[in-house]
Amino acid sequence: MLGRLQAHRDIQGSNAWTAGTILIVLAVFAPVVSLAVHALTGSFAHWAHLADSVILKAGTNTLILLAGVGVLVACLGTGAAWLVSAYEFPTRRILNWALLLPLAVPTYIIAFAYLDLWHPLGPIQTVMRDLLGIESPRDFRLPDIRSLPGAIFLLGFVLYPYVYLSTRLMFITQAAGMIEAARILGEKPYGVFMRVALPLARPAIAVGISLALLETLNDIGASEFLGVQTMTVAVYTTWVTRGDLAGAAQIALSMLIIVVFLIQLERQARQRQRYSTVQRMRPMALKRLSGGSMVVAVTLGWIPVVIGFILPAGYLAHEALSRLGAAGAISSQLISATWNTLSIALLATVITLFCGLIVAWSTRRVRESAHGTTGTQWFAKGASIGYAIPGTVVAIGLLVPLMLVDNLLEQILSLAGIEVTQLLLMGSIAGLVIAYTIRFLAISVGSFEAGLSRIPPSIEQASRLLGHSPTATLRRVHLPLLRPAMATAALLIFVDIMKELPATLLLRPMNFDTLATWLYAEAARGTYEEGSLAALLIVLVGLIPVILLARTQSKPLLSR
Amino acid sequence: MHNRLKLGLPRIRQIVFGAALAAIVASPVMAQGEVNVYTTREPQLIVPLLEVFTNDTGIKVNTVFVKDGLIERVKAEGTRSPADVLMTVDIGNLVDLVEQGVTQPIQSEVLEATIPANLRDENGHWYALSLRDRVAYAALDLDLSEITYEQMADPKWKGQFCIRSGQHPYNTALIAALIAHNGVEATEQWLRGVKANLARKATGGDRNVARDILGGICELGLANAYYVGIMRAAEPGTDNRQWGDAIKVIRPTFEKTGGTFVNITGAAVAQSSPNRDNAIKLLEFLVSDTAQRMYADANYELPVKAGVELNPVVESFGAMVVDPLPLIEVARYRQQASELVDKVGFND
Repeated sequence: MLGRLQAHRDIQGSNAWTAGTILIVLAVFAPVVSLAVHALTGSFAHWAHLADSVILKAGTNTLILLAGVGVLVACLGTGAAWLVSAYEFPTRRILNWALLLPLAVPTYIIAFAYLDLWHPLGPIQTVMRDLLGIESPRDFRLPDIRSLPGAIFLLGFVLYPYVYLSTRLMFITQAAGMIEAARILGEKPYGVFMRVALPLARPAIAVGISLALLETLNDIGASEFLGVQTMTVAVYTTWVTRGDLAGAAQIALSMLIIVVFLIQLERQARQRQRYSTVQRMRPMALKRLSGGSMVVAVTLGWIPVVIGFILPAGYLAHEALSRLGAAGAISSQLISATWNTLSIALLATVITLFCGLIVAWSTRRVRESAHGTTGTQWFAKGASIGYAIPGTVVAIGLLVPLMLVDNLLEQILSLAGIEVTQLLLMGSIAGLVIAYTIRFLAISVGSFEAGLSRIPPSIEQASRLLGHSPTATLRRVHLPLLRPAMATAALLIFVDIMKELPATLLLRPMNFDTLATWLYAEAARGTYEEGSLAALLIVLVGLIPVILLARTQSKPLLSR
Repeated sequence: MHNRLKLGLPRIRQIVFGAALAAIVASPVMAQGEVNVYTTREPQLIVPLLEVFTNDTGIKVNTVFVKDGLIERVKAEGTRSPADVLMTVDIGNLVDLVEQGVTQPIQSEVLEATIPANLRDENGHWYALSLRDRVAYAALDLDLSEITYEQMADPKWKGQFCIRSGQHPYNTALIAALIAHNGVEATEQWLRGVKANLARKATGGDRNVARDILGGICELGLANAYYVGIMRAAEPGTDNRQWGDAIKVIRPTFEKTGGTFVNITGAAVAQSSPNRDNAIKLLEFLVSDTAQRMYADANYELPVKAGVELNPVVESFGAMVVDPLPLIEVARYRQQASELVDKVGFND
């Protein structure tokens, strides 16, 4: 009798989780569906023009950009992760977290900073001309950074931390045993890396690269600024310059289909490479470097930090300080923009985490034997689709669904006798929070899924046998174990939201600015007095979670 | 560390509920005596002006700066949209507002008396507020005092010309005007010629033309005149000031008409404006002498109202012959212009 009651409660409980998941997946798909409606109602005539003069060039540019950034982030991220996980050298402990710093720099800001730094009038070329004794920039110039190679270089140096983060975690948690065995068996350092560490880290590298590539694909600010004609820029041109929303939606959806297909292909390719270990996590023994190899290690280790963070942030700080001296004080609007940014990023991060937990928990594998592709597994994939869509596209797609809900709310409230005088979602920050959640849910679902997959199902079975419901099991057993995964996700999401620009611009309520929109407005107006200050504030606010992230990762594992 | 990240479910609920409540309470309440402005113009340009309006009338102005997607947003909000006044730049964007049905016609003697007929919609859907001419920036030591838009495709400028993205509305509007004057064929040849003359990729903003001239990358470029005002008004010693001082402004003309290309900024009253009277009051205020002076001054544009005093920097560019081509023609050809830009690979 008791057993049956228990089973009944379980079913009810799991139904609630599933219902929550379905609701979340529906919300995530709302902008896609809304865009599909736009796309289908429009004319397809513009495809002849696209086929003639856009797709080949923009497609090639996009592929070269993705390939270049992919190779660069893989090399930088994996190399840096191996360096700080396998060797001991001066400044290693600082480098451990400093390598994450470029995460705090949005792509549009690094493009903006390097255009200044690299310009013939900027510090780099001015110093070079002085050294070479050349008078005028007309006589000597470096290649322009406004180019495809320039874009690959800049995006690579701010996006490599995605690879570094996942790969380093792999090295310090799971690779120690095998790497030490290889070392004992007499393998040379190069062989240890190529034959043991790299194959072990492949899944982690793949995860990092795919995140970096989705960021690259969805970037519009930096590509446009650097004059790189990508497919995403073509979507934007079709919509804004030609006023053809339907046509833009058609291109965006075609791209989405290709991206989803590629992601699926990549997932399948590494489906068999699953490592779950019940070994105690333990970092590998560090090999002490000295002499020439130490100097090389220190230099190589710091190059990504210098290029991806210290130079652009230092430049912004310099500009901001010199302007602050002239202006005297920070305006109250900038202060309120900072506060808005912090509070909305925090709120949206919490909601995104919560939704991700619901999806990941309701789609987890309950039994060891269960193969993960039955029905619910597709929910987790569906819930992650927002990360594969540019922010502008999510925002445009969300306008109609948000208003439908808004109108529904108004009708419900008026039935309850409450008069609504304004838009509830679009008139408040709610619409914005929903957009952020949809856009970045993938990070939270992915982290929780990865975290859950490391917890053996036997633990849940034990808890259930002892009489806990699934929900109680989650709260009392799994959540404490998921904390590291949750921390990583929280901080990545927070930084991403804080940097987000296109959806914020379109969906925010009146009289509401974030640092990113403030910076954009300043840049658009061409007065940098407070623009560089806003850029610096974005980087500084972004630093807080990055440093927290570095600490959560290194502390329990590396303190010894 | 662990304690810091502890977020139990009840705690999450509290945070979320609290913040949601705060969000609703903190939003502006539509009371009487307000007007809501959706603008694609940077708010700092119009805020000083709106403050004067509020002081004069007691009407509170709420603004949201929406860059792209203004139309889509107002359309989605539909009859419940709080938008009263829509402000934007470029004739194409103004025509789009009307074609997408997010505006309403208004009749105002003040507006009709002040704004010349060719600078407002014939049915009263939109009204121009200021003019912006697209001009040549040239290196100070360049021996050049006049030029036509057509001559910018001359091979003698090979490797010396700078311009922003061909897909930017400022450029597509100019290209559309060239199509209207010279036909599609000739304009395609023009685009190929200018493309061949580029010293760097067609990208960045208009001020980058001045900067790249100072940086020795190019000698000549196309940009809006008002940026020169912004740059030259900057403090001496700043980057902007150095860029602005490194160039001279030449007003190019079309071969056919001898006129310079001029685009507009403008405003319309939203279709479902909840504060329609205030919206009209704001528009009428925007064409008053004070506002026209301030509005044009804020961004160094030309006022639409005749007889309003010009900013000294703008005045220094000399007299201007405005191209007589009706702007509606420009709007008509802009899609073709944008497709030509793709076709010749202008931005590649």
